Amino acid sequence: MILTLVGVSHGTLDQSAQRARGVGADIWFRPPGSSAIGLSSAPMSDKIPAMLMKEPDVTFAMGTMVQPLSGFDAMTGLDLDDFRKLNGGFHYLKGGPLVNDDDVIVDEYYAQQKKLHIGDTLNLVNHDWKLVGITESGKLSRICVKLQMLQTLTGNPGHLSQIFIKVDDPRNAQAVVDALRVKYHGYQIYTMEEFTSMLSISNVGMLKSFIGVVIGVAVIVGFIVVFMAMYTAVLERTREIGILKAVGGTSGLILNILFRETLLLALLGSVVGIVLTYGTQWLMKHAVPASLVQETVYDWWPIATGIAVVGALLGAIVPGVKAVKQDVTEALSYE
Amino acid sequence: MSEPPIIEVRGLTKTYQLGEVAVHALRGVDLEIRKGEFVAIIGASGSGKSTLFHILGGLTPMTSGTVHLNGRDLAGMTNAERTELRKTTVGFVFQKYNLLPTLSAEDNIRIVKYIGGRDVGFDPGFQEILGLLGIADRMKHKPRALSGGQQQRVAIARGIVNSPAILLADEPTGNLDSENSTAVLKLIKDLNRRLGQTILMITHDADAASYADRIVKMKDGRIV
Ligand SMILES: Nc1ncnc2c1ncn2[C@@H]1O[C@H](COP(=O)(O)OP(=O)(O)OP(=O)(O)O)[C@@H](O)[C@H]1O
Ligand SMILES: [Mg+2]
Repeated sequence: MILTLVGVSHGTLDQSAQRARGVGADIWFRPPGSSAIGLSSAPMSDKIPAMLMKEPDVTFAMGTMVQPLSGFDAMTGLDLDDFRKLNGGFHYLKGGPLVNDDDVIVDEYYAQQKKLHIGDTLNLVNHDWKLVGITESGKLSRICVKLQMLQTLTGNPGHLSQIFIKVDDPRNAQAVVDALRVKYHGYQIYTMEEFTSMLSISNVGMLKSFIGVVIGVAVIVGFIVVFMAMYTAVLERTREIGILKAVGGTSGLILNILFRETLLLALLGSVVGIVLTYGTQWLMKHAVPASLVQETVYDWWPIATGIAVVGALLGAIVPGVKAVKQDVTEALSYE
Repeated sequence: MSEPPIIEVRGLTKTYQLGEVAVHALRGVDLEIRKGEFVAIIGASGSGKSTLFHILGGLTPMTSGTVHLNGRDLAGMTNAERTELRKTTVGFVFQKYNLLPTLSAEDNIRIVKYIGGRDVGFDPGFQEILGLLGIADRMKHKPRALSGGQQQRVAIARGIVNSPAILLADEPTGNLDSENSTAVLKLIKDLNRRLGQTILMITHDADAASYADRIVKMKDGRIV
């Protein structure tokens, strides 16, 4: 349960943050009058990136064009060489980069949702594209094609819808943004921090603390649940402990049995819990596609297991010691 | 007398302090049991029979008096020594069988053997005892699946598995119908006859007491 909650919160938070961070840029530069979410038009000249690169502290600028598709999907036109300079480029799970003008690459989620394979043909914006690569998700966009191709197809040659800017030191990002805001009046210029906060429902900072609270509650509740379960389980076995004492079992032996049994139970429980997270993950992927993303949080496996083991041991040892210390006749009369 | 008694109780008293009220459960009990004897204790409810047993088994501390088990003074024993006593010298059979519900009949016996530090396999001598139980075919079953009489017979086997000097049985037939009672009493008698097992049995029932060699009556915390 802890793993599921942590997984969901991490997954949801990380997806938006990762998508933005995955771009590898520090500043997001958009034309005036466009909304934060919908990127419908491409009104910026593709000369701007070159101009931006002359600004102090700016090391690189990359322009992309975004064409909204039906639903929440959008396709992005970009120059893969620029993208590589920005952040090292895509990591391909299958296939490879864009070579021909008709090539398209999608991320693994999109491929999975639409059941796409390398070599498949996709019809998007009235054009047939050939799928050449499937990338790790989390970088920029789910569907990417060549920039010029998308510009031409949508009748926006030489125009961009957004520019990603990289600065020499991320700490300078805010200063650069301030400077650019003066120079490019009316343009929407944000640091990536601000960008991610607009992508998610609420502010990322708040979301983070919210998730911290959720995880904290999950940890505490998980601990209490495990503790109470073991506590009552052992309490119910007070009589059995009494029996073991009556037949000459030493306290050490009884606690030893209890300890090993509890440890085994906690470890088995943790394994079951981990397996269950795959179940909920699968459920979320299939029942509510693309809304909540649950990650497998390997980091949390030992933590959750630790919580289970500690909770269970404490829960078992407390009544266990009590039962062992208790008068045998009392333990035996325990119903 | 040639051999010292296996149980020797002198002036044993037990007072339970319930807040302000003192309950005198035992008011000076004197009792001797010889090796190989089968003794029944009868007496009205509340006369202190169970209390006597719990003291003999080192389950409850006494208030005053002396108890010697196999020549050893019970009062001077540490907790660990009393545990050792239950392991080697005294076997218990309770009215409520008190088997471990999660273990099979066989394992209930085996775990006590294990606690007693013995080989958990069943040696020929013990196989013979299992034969006496008359439930050889039910040994793999959980207590839940056994009748009360069968459970009690398993409990008796458990009580003697570590060859205790004495077997204390507190109303072993208290929860059983007459048919099952007879089976359990016959078993106890058999253990006494064939193996020379010393047995002290509490009962309410005169019929049950008649299986014993000697009957001791208790009343108001004293032997009468
Ligand atoms: N743990 C205890 N705390 C207080 N009083 C107790 C306790 N155990 C027994 N007594 C009291 O001691 C007296 C003797 O009890 P005991 O159980 O030895 O009687 P008994 O002869 O075994 O009776 P029964 O035939 O009903 O089993 C009773 O008055 C009982 O209420
Ligand atoms: Mg009694």
